[in-house]
Amino acid sequence: MVEMNMIQALNSALDIQLKNDDSVVIFGEDVGFFGGVFRVTDTLQQKYGKHRVFDSPLAEGGIAATAFGMGINGLRPVVEIQFADYIFPAYDQIVNEISKIRYRSGGEFSTPITFRTPAGGGIKGGNHHSQSPEAQFTHTPGIKVVYCSNPNNAKGLLTAAIESNDPVIFFEPKRCYRGPFYGDPHNVPTWAGHPKSEVPEDYYKIELGKADIVQEGSECTVIAWGAMVHVAEKGIKESGISCELIDLQTLIPFDKDTIVNSIQKTGRCVIVHEAPKTSGFGAEISASIQERCFYSLESPITRVTGWDTPFPHSTEWDYLPSPERIATAIKNTIEE
Amino acid sequence: MSDEDKANKSTPFRVGTPPARPGEKPTFSSWDFQPEDLKKLDPLKCTSKDTEKHAYGLLRVLNDSNEAKGEWDPKLDPDILRKGLEYMMKLRIFDDRMMKMQRTGKLSFYMRSLGEEAIAIAQTMALEEQDWIFPSYRQPGAQFVRGRDMVSMICHCIGNELDNVKGRQMPVHYTYKEGRFISISSPVGTQFSQAVGVAMASAYKGTDEVTITWLGDGTSAQGDYHYGLNFASAFKPPVILNVVNNQWAISTHSNLATGGVNFASRGLSYDIPCFRVDGNDFLALYSITKWAAERCRAGLGPTHIEIYTYRAGAHSSSDDPSRYRPGDEAEFWPGGDPVERLKMHLIKIGEWDEKRDKELTEKIDSEVMAAYKEAVKYGDLANGPFPPASTIFSDVYEEIPWHIQEQREELGK
Ligand SMILES: Cc1ncc(C[n+]2csc(CCOP(=O)(O)OP(=O)(O)O)c2C)c(N)n1
Ligand SMILES: [Mg+2]
Repeated sequence: MVEMNMIQALNSALDIQLKNDDSVVIFGEDVGFFGGVFRVTDTLQQKYGKHRVFDSPLAEGGIAATAFGMGINGLRPVVEIQFADYIFPAYDQIVNEISKIRYRSGGEFSTPITFRTPAGGGIKGGNHHSQSPEAQFTHTPGIKVVYCSNPNNAKGLLTAAIESNDPVIFFEPKRCYRGPFYGDPHNVPTWAGHPKSEVPEDYYKIELGKADIVQEGSECTVIAWGAMVHVAEKGIKESGISCELIDLQTLIPFDKDTIVNSIQKTGRCVIVHEAPKTSGFGAEISASIQERCFYSLESPITRVTGWDTPFPHSTEWDYLPSPERIATAIKNTIEE
Repeated sequence: MSDEDKANKSTPFRVGTPPARPGEKPTFSSWDFQPEDLKKLDPLKCTSKDTEKHAYGLLRVLNDSNEAKGEWDPKLDPDILRKGLEYMMKLRIFDDRMMKMQRTGKLSFYMRSLGEEAIAIAQTMALEEQDWIFPSYRQPGAQFVRGRDMVSMICHCIGNELDNVKGRQMPVHYTYKEGRFISISSPVGTQFSQAVGVAMASAYKGTDEVTITWLGDGTSAQGDYHYGLNFASAFKPPVILNVVNNQWAISTHSNLATGGVNFASRGLSYDIPCFRVDGNDFLALYSITKWAAERCRAGLGPTHIEIYTYRAGAHSSSDDPSRYRPGDEAEFWPGGDPVERLKMHLIKIGEWDEKRDKELTEKIDSEVMAAYKEAVKYGDLANGPFPPASTIFSDVYEEIPWHIQEQREELGK
């Protein structure tokens, strides 16, 4: 184990994949010589050459479409979409093509692309550098959706995503690249000393479809992903209530067993995500819980989410779920 | 052969290379274009075929000694030239001040127009009041021409109480309806095809409006660029379509962004007249824009322009270009500085001098400083006040629907 921040952990996963598998190619905007605007692909071009790690023209639709073609023809493209907000020019390729090729060809063709993309708020990114559009993809059959939250699972999950023969969208909470995020703009810790900054140096994989129980608890289950895992941890502390915190890690297909087992134990649930509430992935989790363990529930499931508005700039701390809102939600479910 | 080229050799798969990386000697393609090279064309008779030379050459008015030459000289009144110089100086000083604010934590982010000041300013000056400006983040200078108050621009950049974007967008994403300057969006290139629609509406309504829009060399890879050209070709609306080729898209040199580096000629296959213009030449930019606007107003449709320039500064306050291009590359750029070139031209024709220049610099400096001091009265980044939390919920729809109203009450601010 070595201590890494999330950028180093992701870089390490990519490095090992490039080394182990000649069919892995990395491309996207500014990922080559420069190593990406967030530095995740730093030094990889220098190490593996320009034909393995290269800058693409500035066109997400083109990136997705050519990745589709490469994937059909035996390569394993790992592409970076510079910000998740800029994935939408690629949306048609992802939703209508990449996600459906296995199905539409009767299983003859498939394309194992990994889309890495920094997502989420907390960096004063305003409308178009802050969104967390996971639900836009969880509603698309044929593509897996992964959301890492710390250096350790960033490396393990990215390895699994690249090795998956299905296409995967891999969201990276950009606010957590250099440190966990507890919902307080004035408290900016690094990953140093955090238990999840311990990452295996060599090949390391976390199976897709498995959640992580961050902490065990008895009164209420809190489910979160991405940066909100850390905000939820803080909110739980503030509530003073014994909560089980589940980091979902993979959204599609999600780990129903871990969720069901936890709800059966606690009987209560708060779901936290930073994307807007309406049609957010929290709605899916909530519906699924009431379908599977209605009789274990002792109070209504609550969601703490971003508002149903675009993401603001100056007022982002009033937009993002805060530890206070989470603590209140937990207390309210207990008092119900 | 550079290391990058060597790495490339093992496979026939082509990946482009920039002229130079850090530590290498900067190089630029030759700069042997002269103002006399290209004939003035009749805007009312010209077809796209007639512009072939103009698409592959470089339209200039100011020669290497900053004299106005050739048939494209717009022969402007010195008052207009001085006005242009003043706007450009103002933009540069304004940008410097904003960058300082960013560096000292008073803005969350900033983007300068360094080296590209002539573009939006000359082109907006060549247009009329009723014409629509549909910019990218690199053309804020148009607002000066349209009379926007600096205090209000700074308030937007801070995102304070007086920000007319209501604290919703990052700095430099201005909107200024009064000046027909349409809201800037971060997703690059979307404005380009939208501008064609603005112009289609003008044609539909029969108004005497021209629309101008810009996108970057990098951004011209987006579908929106190609949609824009094709719709403009199909409907022939009054629109001026500019590709600002400043040679870099963050760290990606235009050599890596396309297989060839001539952007101007791409419009020829869409049957649109095409020009490649010296982007650091105020007079050439003014001249071609007047020409294009005249065609628009005569109902002859779009013009496509590659504006050849160089991004003299960092992409943004988050960027450090010395990591991907030679730190001194800007010093080797043969196209000069747009502000300096117009200034030297004015001096040459006896309409300006160093003393007046210095006085004007000082005047603008103190105006910018005063505007900044005024702006922070309405809130600074550290302490606010910011737009109230209620602005999170307004303007999502024309009226706030029940579910957003409920959330607003839940926030309780
Ligand atoms: C759709 C989209 N993808 C990516 C980005 C991130 N991005 C912002 S500016 C930029 C480079 C633009 O380069 P260019 O078009 O040459 O314009 P310049 O900055 O040189 O003016 C990139 C990749 C974005 N804003 N929008
Ligand atoms: Mg550019």
